[in-house]
Amino acid sequence: MSAAATTGRQRKGTAPRGVPYLFLAPAIILFTLFLLLPIGYAIYLSFRRIKVSGLGLGKNARTEIWAGLDNYRNALGDPELLGSAGRVLLYGLVLIPLMLGLALLFALLLDAPRVRFGRFAKLAIFLPYAVPGVIASMLWGFLYLPAVSPFNYLLSAAGLPEPDPLNGGSVFFAIVNIAVWGGVGFNMIVLFTSLRAVPGEIYESAQLDGASDLQIALRIKIPLLLPSLIMTTVFSLIATLQVFTEPLTIRSLTNSISSSWTPLMKVYRDAFSQNDIYSAAASSVVIALVTLVLSFGFLRLVSRQAFGGENR
Amino acid sequence: MTALAPAKDQEQAATVRPGVRKRPSWLGSAILLIGAVYCLLPIAWVVAASTKNGSDLFTTFTFAPGTGFFENLGDLSSNGGGIYWQWLFNTAIYAGVGGALSALVSGISGYTLAKYRFAGRDAIFNVLLAGVLVPGITLAIPQYLLLAKVGLTDTYWSVLLPQIISPYGIYLARIYAAAAVPDTVVEAARTDGAGEFRIFARVALPMMVPGLVTVFLFQFVAIWNNFLLPFIMLSSDEKFPVTVGLFTLLNQGATVPALYSHVIIGSLLSIIPLIVLFLTLQRYWRTDLISGAVKG
Repeated sequence: MSAAATTGRQRKGTAPRGVPYLFLAPAIILFTLFLLLPIGYAIYLSFRRIKVSGLGLGKNARTEIWAGLDNYRNALGDPELLGSAGRVLLYGLVLIPLMLGLALLFALLLDAPRVRFGRFAKLAIFLPYAVPGVIASMLWGFLYLPAVSPFNYLLSAAGLPEPDPLNGGSVFFAIVNIAVWGGVGFNMIVLFTSLRAVPGEIYESAQLDGASDLQIALRIKIPLLLPSLIMTTVFSLIATLQVFTEPLTIRSLTNSISSSWTPLMKVYRDAFSQNDIYSAAASSVVIALVTLVLSFGFLRLVSRQAFGGENR
Repeated sequence: MTALAPAKDQEQAATVRPGVRKRPSWLGSAILLIGAVYCLLPIAWVVAASTKNGSDLFTTFTFAPGTGFFENLGDLSSNGGGIYWQWLFNTAIYAGVGGALSALVSGISGYTLAKYRFAGRDAIFNVLLAGVLVPGITLAIPQYLLLAKVGLTDTYWSVLLPQIISPYGIYLARIYAAAAVPDTVVEAARTDGAGEFRIFARVALPMMVPGLVTVFLFQFVAIWNNFLLPFIMLSSDEKFPVTVGLFTLLNQGATVPALYSHVIIGSLLSIIPLIVLFLTLQRYWRTDLISGAVKG
């Protein structure tokens, strides 16, 4: 190494100085143009507003001025935004444990030694990942219609009252169901793959000690899965706070979903139907901040609990 | 260690673990089957419903097949001068070209971050990685406003360009490059006098292909499934991807119920390509890359 090191060219990584930056240029340029710049622009817009002078007619009647924290004050005091935020937090509290719990259950069963139909079930449960959210919402939306639903068909044949999942409060669970359906398979695969990375000897020694399959799952497999569970939770959290497509699609089939049912739907409506990009920008900045705080907060919380004993 | 088709030795490792009773667990199998039925239910429904004509749709039993499949297909094809096929073509362009470019950019970035030591490497990687946590969809509106300023909205570019950068893809490519491209090979190529780009293109890139296929697949599905970005960016329907196109059809269906049949058969046709892609490329779904290796 010593001789090569002095020439610089042949030692790993010290070859042509500018090369790494040149290779990274496409990523850095795209990252700047489509992530940093939009974030900066949204923050800038969130501090601006339109000032209308006179009747708002004529060329210079509408000017953009500095608004300070007005947009934020309005956003944080807006009952509509707060209502949608509360709804989405509740949605996440129902969805994430349900979806990840099912994903964990299926992953453990797929990994269990005495369970049949594994290959078929794995493929079937993963399949919804291939169905875009809009399409999934349309399929479920039709299945929710009492005239189409097989459940209603069976219930009415049995003379029982028919549910109408698209009306009233149950639409909330109708949308949770679409998200569970679309997300459980992908998370199952992630968890299952992690399980497969565990060397079999661990289980062998546990079995020699007389542990049952259930005990192995609870005492060994789930603790080993913690890092993967944390990661899937963070990604689910980020996705949850951005829920948009499913309620927007279901909205075409029912009157129970308002145009500001989720925070992102409200941002969309403000920006494009009401042409108020300034308050839309302030709301998006708030949503982004909440997402970051929740993701990092969750990571910190669990890393202290899960890895507190280790020097990480 | 592919996701859907675990290697044979792993499959065997699961079945020949010592001390295991041979008796199958019917409860466990039953739970898995219920899960499978739940996941297949809407897909089975759309297959059945696509064969029904407009009146059968709301009158016959949900899963009873009809006789209107080719009629529906013809209606869908003639609707709006075959605009549906244009939507499907657009989706293939957005997802195919976007996914390929994304894999390429992720590949060279991941390779550089894994194989070079240079000032600012950790800072650049951390900033890129933080992009994973940025709620991507909330970016769509400022992205729209910026692209509107340069007159790029309602073009193919407006949907294609923002989706090339994938912090997640770069992260995956870096992990993969670190594991799959040995330093000694890079150094040997350098000793032979190969230029840096040549080393990447001829030596490292071929070694990274399986990992980059994974990046491509993830980004392909992400773009195919993305709704908000094209929904915001595009206003002329001949540029819509199939998701936005079917959404507009569904909205019109509220007043013209005949369009529901188009929506249903259109949904079926739109998920077929992805399902085929899944089944053929399943050995490339290297989810072990993202699950984070669990140490035993």
